[in-house]
Amino acid sequence: MATFAKLSFNKDELNKELSGFFKGILENGAVDAVLAPMAQGKKGVRLSLVTSAANTGAVDPFAPVAAVSGAKIASSLTARPSGRKVAMVLRPCEIRATVELVKLKQVNLDDVLMIGMDCLGRYENTDFTKFQEQGGTSESFLDNAQAGKTATGDFDVAGACKICEFPAADNIDLRLCAIGSGSGAVHIEAVTEKGKAALEKSGVKIGDAPAGRDEAVKKLVAVRTEARDKKFAEFRAETDNFQALGEKLSACINCYNCRVACPVCYCKECVFVTDTFRHTGDQFMMWADKGGLLKMPNDTMFYHLTRITHMSLFCVGCGQCTSACPNDIDLMPLFRTSADKTQAKFSYQAGRSVEEEQPMAGFEADELFEVTGQAK
Amino acid sequence: MSEFEPKIVAFFCNWCTFTAADLAGTSRLSYPPNIKIIRVMCSGMVDPKFVLKAFLNGADGVLVGGCWPGDCHYINGNFKARRRVALLTEILKQYGIDEERFWLRWIAASEGNMLKEVADLMTAKLRELGPSPLQQMGQMVG
Repeated sequence: MATFAKLSFNKDELNKELSGFFKGILENGAVDAVLAPMAQGKKGVRLSLVTSAANTGAVDPFAPVAAVSGAKIASSLTARPSGRKVAMVLRPCEIRATVELVKLKQVNLDDVLMIGMDCLGRYENTDFTKFQEQGGTSESFLDNAQAGKTATGDFDVAGACKICEFPAADNIDLRLCAIGSGSGAVHIEAVTEKGKAALEKSGVKIGDAPAGRDEAVKKLVAVRTEARDKKFAEFRAETDNFQALGEKLSACINCYNCRVACPVCYCKECVFVTDTFRHTGDQFMMWADKGGLLKMPNDTMFYHLTRITHMSLFCVGCGQCTSACPNDIDLMPLFRTSADKTQAKFSYQAGRSVEEEQPMAGFEADELFEVTGQAK
Repeated sequence: MSEFEPKIVAFFCNWCTFTAADLAGTSRLSYPPNIKIIRVMCSGMVDPKFVLKAFLNGADGVLVGGCWPGDCHYINGNFKARRRVALLTEILKQYGIDEERFWLRWIAASEGNMLKEVADLMTAKLRELGPSPLQQMGQMVG
């Protein structure tokens, strides 16, 4: 049975209430550190690592921005662990990517108290600045987004968020619930015993479950799933051949930002920056000779297809690839539509469970007979 | 105009399919010259990049030949190859390269006749399908 604490707040005091909770878990020794989105002065909100209870004042977990995927930060903090207990406040997509990184031994959750927040979407980094300039706050965002109004003037939440069917986090100890909590309140839900112990230690009052939550989450998931299916159908219809794919990628400059931003692009060193791809002039001339011309830089589609074979099984649909592209290529649907196919093929879902083996990490003798079509 | 001759890049395992090709030769079985063989130490070492690069550089088909289940020289490389082929097929077929152009077959060292049969079948199938959709794009695809 889940335990809930209700945090009611007056106007402009949501973050004050939340900071009380984080201050509590730090002061009472539930954790040694908190990694949470925090306001950076007047502009910008970034994940920050807080070790002093006095510094929790600037927390802003519901700020609709995620400039860098928190899964990468989780990896930085725990791949070579400090041994200190840390509470991480992450978005559902970041947590699902973290789950994949655990399986790749790039995250270690032993000392982590995972806190998942309800996510109603994030604005692109530059749009979030505009959002703040227009007076937007996490509170106003939560209210408006729950009413379906995320569009503000000339921008809206990221395309990935509009089609994300995971607004609520899983594989967590605690959940920051905003969906269905009603205006002027959020809830903290303890999902595991570890979470419950931390919640009790924090000193916030244990109370009732938010009445309308399950219904509200279900409704939101249904809306997002429908939008996802529509987007997939559109993208697949537009991009069912290599010519069309090439056109989608025509603005690509091989900067490889999409794989830098991708939380599940797991190679320590990408093969595309190794000597394997440092060709000689002769080699380029030979390729050019073959068809009479060679687009430079070359291997653009080769790079994207290789990335798909590497990460589509782990793709959580966070959309950081699209956000990172300096030439505004909307890469998210490319990776998500492929991920949808490849994950289905292996009955796998990225981020679902730490226990689920990654498909390319194993094999069975009796499977996939259709690949060769041969029986002994 | 002469009949379309498909180019098939074939990655053959050193321990089975490559030896089968050798056996086909010494047995005076002739198989189509469309098959361009690249000898690899195991079907399990065929990186998806090899296959992607072959298609992007205009191959009409890719054939991977490995040992029958249970016979892998490295115990289970062929099972790993099978998962990778299944994965890559899912990706390629979204853009018009499907399992008709990308084959994985188990061919034992003793099966020279089967090597010929698979080479004949795949060449015939690709003649029927025509050039790879990637070929018309030339080197622009990169």
